[in-house]
Amino acid sequence: MIEGAKWRRWVYFYIPLSAFIIWLLFPFYWMLVTSVRPDRELYRPWMAPNYTPFWTLHPTLRHITDLLTGTLFIRWMANTLFIACVATLISLFCGILAGYALSRLKFRFAGALGTGIFITYLVPQTLLFIPLANIIRNFHLGDTPWALILTYPTFLIPFCTWLLMGYFKAIPRELEECARIDGATRWKAMLYIIMPIAVPGILSAGIFAFTLSWNEYIYALVFLSSAEQKTVSVGVTSELVRGDVFYWGQLMAGALLGSIPVAFIYSFFVEYYVAGLTGSVKG
Amino acid sequence: MAVSDLVTRQAFADAPQRGAATRLLEDERWLAAVLLLPTVVLLGLFIAYPFVEGVWLAVTNATVGVPGKFVGLANFEALWNDSIFRTAVYNTFIYTAVATVFKLGLGLWLALLLNRNFRGKAFTRAFILLPFIIPTVLSTFAWKWMFDPTFSVINWTLFHFGLIHSRINWLGEPDLALISVIIVNVWRGVPFFAISLLAGLQTINPELEEAAAIDGARAWQRFWHVTWPLLLPVTMVVMLFSIIQTFADFQLVYVLTGGGPANATQLFATYAYQIGVGTGLLSQGAAVSLAMFPFLLIVVVVQLLYIRRVEVH
Repeated sequence: MIEGAKWRRWVYFYIPLSAFIIWLLFPFYWMLVTSVRPDRELYRPWMAPNYTPFWTLHPTLRHITDLLTGTLFIRWMANTLFIACVATLISLFCGILAGYALSRLKFRFAGALGTGIFITYLVPQTLLFIPLANIIRNFHLGDTPWALILTYPTFLIPFCTWLLMGYFKAIPRELEECARIDGATRWKAMLYIIMPIAVPGILSAGIFAFTLSWNEYIYALVFLSSAEQKTVSVGVTSELVRGDVFYWGQLMAGALLGSIPVAFIYSFFVEYYVAGLTGSVKG
Repeated sequence: MAVSDLVTRQAFADAPQRGAATRLLEDERWLAAVLLLPTVVLLGLFIAYPFVEGVWLAVTNATVGVPGKFVGLANFEALWNDSIFRTAVYNTFIYTAVATVFKLGLGLWLALLLNRNFRGKAFTRAFILLPFIIPTVLSTFAWKWMFDPTFSVINWTLFHFGLIHSRINWLGEPDLALISVIIVNVWRGVPFFAISLLAGLQTINPELEEAAAIDGARAWQRFWHVTWPLLLPVTMVVMLFSIIQTFADFQLVYVLTGGGPANATQLFATYAYQIGVGTGLLSQGAAVSLAMFPFLLIVVVVQLLYIRRVEVH
């Protein structure tokens, strides 16, 4: 704690920290207020004398009910959930196997392959989206969930592999060797000895991968075209803006509801998420 | 049939059956190949192949539905003379540099604040990460609404604090628009920096700082000579990650300004999207995207060398 007078504690600690918290969280509060604010208050210029920015006296659920009944929002949520879950499972499967191989087995090109996977981890989606759109079209995957389910692993697998390598490396070799002396095959030692110990790492990787797929935008924007196939991010941002008109109440309601699944999972697994985040950059 | 026969037969039946596949998997090299196969296939198909395809597209004149012919470096030549592309390059570098500096500075500050013991620390830390985990496009829409010139809550606040006297058109004026998108990018990135650096800070033995304090070092000296050098490896890695993400950013600008006004916020990725998907000039769009590659490569190489150097020490 800061030593000395009380005012020092305020100036060096409480005030900056509060400022950070307000700045970082205000947009979410703003989403919430906007989504329950009736239109006639919503479209009142900030110069107007009766502009009440931070609360509303007439909260309404209209925007939310309109969103749920008048648009394909529920469909988009279901699409995103399906895509994120399957992409995460595929990536975990590949990432576990690859992470184990790269951290525990000796073979030629192990180093080169590890570096290669690390480099693909750093490839941003915006580098390849145009040729990838061509390829998706040639594979006849365009406008189907599979276009995303198969492409999301390209940034999820490297992440999962990299994170899990760290976990696998930390497990003592002796454990595996004991099992092998008792007659277990390599495969079984991996499955029954190493995997259970690595569960926290697998959980971290899974949660992180899920949020990454939920947040992905450009692939979903480019590879999907019909309204029924869209994910939440793309649906909310394209279908709720009609022409030049922004339906702000519905938009904010959509943004709020569309964030809930990630926030929900995150709230249960904060520690695993943070472990994934910090593990991902430690290398 | 002798008894011994029965016994041995029984023993064999109980012994683990090892088929050809199992025996093959006992060989490390074969096991590694099998384990890596799904990863290599997926990454090959959707990273390596698109990369080759992208290079090929960039040297043809393909448009949507038209395969195109080889045209050499004509697309890159056209870009070189394209004033919008130059603006995009300039913007991208400004955007990346300014945003990274602020993310690092503010993130470090926040990490140092969070590294103290106070009530509700775990709670605060959990909430602070929200901007980073909430889908970027969705939270960016909240910012777009906050920046709306007519209904802006930011304008209202500034006005009532007496800081402004007329409305500010946050996203409508070229210079201000670039500043606004940088603000949102910093907002989104600060939690990532703060939490990663906090993790780094927590690995530093507090006794080191105490020892320095006993030797009479002031708070600033303690930070500069003790904490910062120990934090540097984590900082470097976090920063290089962030530089790549910021440099290749798309969604934030696409939602806030779409690259406008008058291309003032146009970045590599938004311009590539506009040309490649909006106009359908696939080959030129691919060329714009690929133009990011040299810079990204430099950052990745720096990162790899740095990680290797840290591992050696």
